Amino acid sequence: MSYIVLRHRDIPDFNKLDVYQKNGGFAAFQSAVTKMKPNEVTDVVKNSGLRGRGGAGFPTGMKWAFIDNKNWPHYVVANADESEPGTFKDREIMEGNPFQFLEGLALASYAVGANVAYVYLRGEFWQLGILLDEKIAEMEKAGILGDKLWGTDYSLRIYTHLGAGAYICGEETAMLESLEGKRGQPRVRPPFPPAYGLYGKPTVINNVETLTNVPMILANGAEWYKAIGTADSAGVKVFSLSGRVRKPGNYELPFGTTFRELIYTHGGGVQDSRAVKAIMPAGASSSLIVVNDEKILDTPMDYATVRTLGGDLGSASVIIIDDSVSMDWLVNKTVHFFKHESCGKCTPCREGTYWMSNIIERIQHGHGTTGDVDLLLNVAKQIQGKCLCALGEFSTMAVVTGIERFPQDFKNAVSPAPLPPVYVKESEGMEKA
Amino acid sequence: MSLEKKYPEEVKQILSKYPPEQKRSAVMPLLYLAQREEGYLTKTAMQDVARIVGITETDVAALVGFYTLYHDKKEGKYRMQVCTDLPCALRGAEEFMEDLCSNLGIKVGETTADGFVTVEAVTCLAACDKAPMFQTQGPDGIKYHENMNVDRTMELISVLRRSGREVEK
Repeated sequence: MSYIVLRHRDIPDFNKLDVYQKNGGFAAFQSAVTKMKPNEVTDVVKNSGLRGRGGAGFPTGMKWAFIDNKNWPHYVVANADESEPGTFKDREIMEGNPFQFLEGLALASYAVGANVAYVYLRGEFWQLGILLDEKIAEMEKAGILGDKLWGTDYSLRIYTHLGAGAYICGEETAMLESLEGKRGQPRVRPPFPPAYGLYGKPTVINNVETLTNVPMILANGAEWYKAIGTADSAGVKVFSLSGRVRKPGNYELPFGTTFRELIYTHGGGVQDSRAVKAIMPAGASSSLIVVNDEKILDTPMDYATVRTLGGDLGSASVIIIDDSVSMDWLVNKTVHFFKHESCGKCTPCREGTYWMSNIIERIQHGHGTTGDVDLLLNVAKQIQGKCLCALGEFSTMAVVTGIERFPQDFKNAVSPAPLPPVYVKESEGMEKA
Repeated sequence: MSLEKKYPEEVKQILSKYPPEQKRSAVMPLLYLAQREEGYLTKTAMQDVARIVGITETDVAALVGFYTLYHDKKEGKYRMQVCTDLPCALRGAEEFMEDLCSNLGIKVGETTADGFVTVEAVTCLAACDKAPMFQTQGPDGIKYHENMNVDRTMELISVLRRSGREVEK
């Protein structure tokens, strides 16, 4: 099957405007603007079964339909803040296939009646910002962006905006705060962005990969798209495969592909031919899926089925953990990440990640006791369900599933009898997000 | 010289991206602009940015304190920000970091004696399949260096020292 999202792998120079147009590029956008009503575009996307690729898996067309038509102007923001450890798909999409992504953004903007759209890029994507600015300028010159497109009343401008190194800005309301020139701290919801978004105006926020699917759906129809993948999860997904595999990288595959096919057929198998011990299917925010039975690897990857294994597919950033890794080391890594990235707004997350970090550091330095493992689990569980956004929850996933599903790793890392108290240098105070 | 006087075109271009009544949105790109030459934000630069967008200096400082890519202290001309997060660590990033530091004769977070390079450990940079990797943050913005080893990194540093520019090998 040819590519739907990573089409630059099929067609050379696909990031050039003339090549993209020669291959049908911007025909969907032009025909939408000149021949379709905005809600008809939304309906096609709704019927295709497309779900958000950023992690939450929310139905895209439904999100667009939620836009409040009594309050204007409307905005669309492309979420290009890709920061989840293990996720590196949006970068390849924007580098290799920038016009299809921008066409998807343009179609989303037309569908919800937005005349201005922003691409919120993580600050580290500096070079990509330069590239996209060039591509946007080419589109303006070619009359694909600008005022009164193709003689209609519809006008559209797209701007890039660089973040500055904060994972939390991938959370949609934190992203809006950041775009408004504030610290990236999530808002209380409801109201949700389709009612109250950028500058208090109705706003739709979609992930880069989600948007990049849209032109192909408009060009080929909802039924075509729906026929790919599974009943629960339509279409293709770009799986970012990393960790202990021989060939890490992005693999565009239909939903429902098994872990085994991803790891062994595409990823070349596990390094040093070791056994898979655990899988984190949604990056550092994942629950640890235990692979104690070969059959687990035959699980098809779609949102509903991965949930039956006690995890979420999320952004499909599949990190492979082999049997040389001890989970206390891994948990130290994820906790360190979330402690660094906590925005500090909600006390359970800000303080909880700090204390989880202190405890797991103590264990890692050989000063832990069994009581510390219980304490770590206890702190994690006190964070759960008490924060405004998902970051608090995410920070506990590997901790809780690590301790509960791999108890032996933690038992081996601590001393059974209480040790005399030792001085452990506490980490510094509040860090940058 | 104030930021508006030094970079009139850039400031105008940045402000044009946002609705005229939402100038505050321009604060982040303006901070990058203000940081370009010195590699960090001086008090005067923050005052300039605050004046342009019409917020207080405290508001600006609060942003500088929040976002990782803004700096309020002078450090190396180039910051080498090595990802040591989970996926990179599973592919040898920690060993790379250790070797790099010992080659440069500094510890993580320190700057070489000539003030040229600061080595920092950072969280995920979305290049997990190309570890070990790092980005350089310097006068020309941010650039990725992927599938790196210590030899190639030392070579990059000497190219930077010689030419003042990043030439990808």
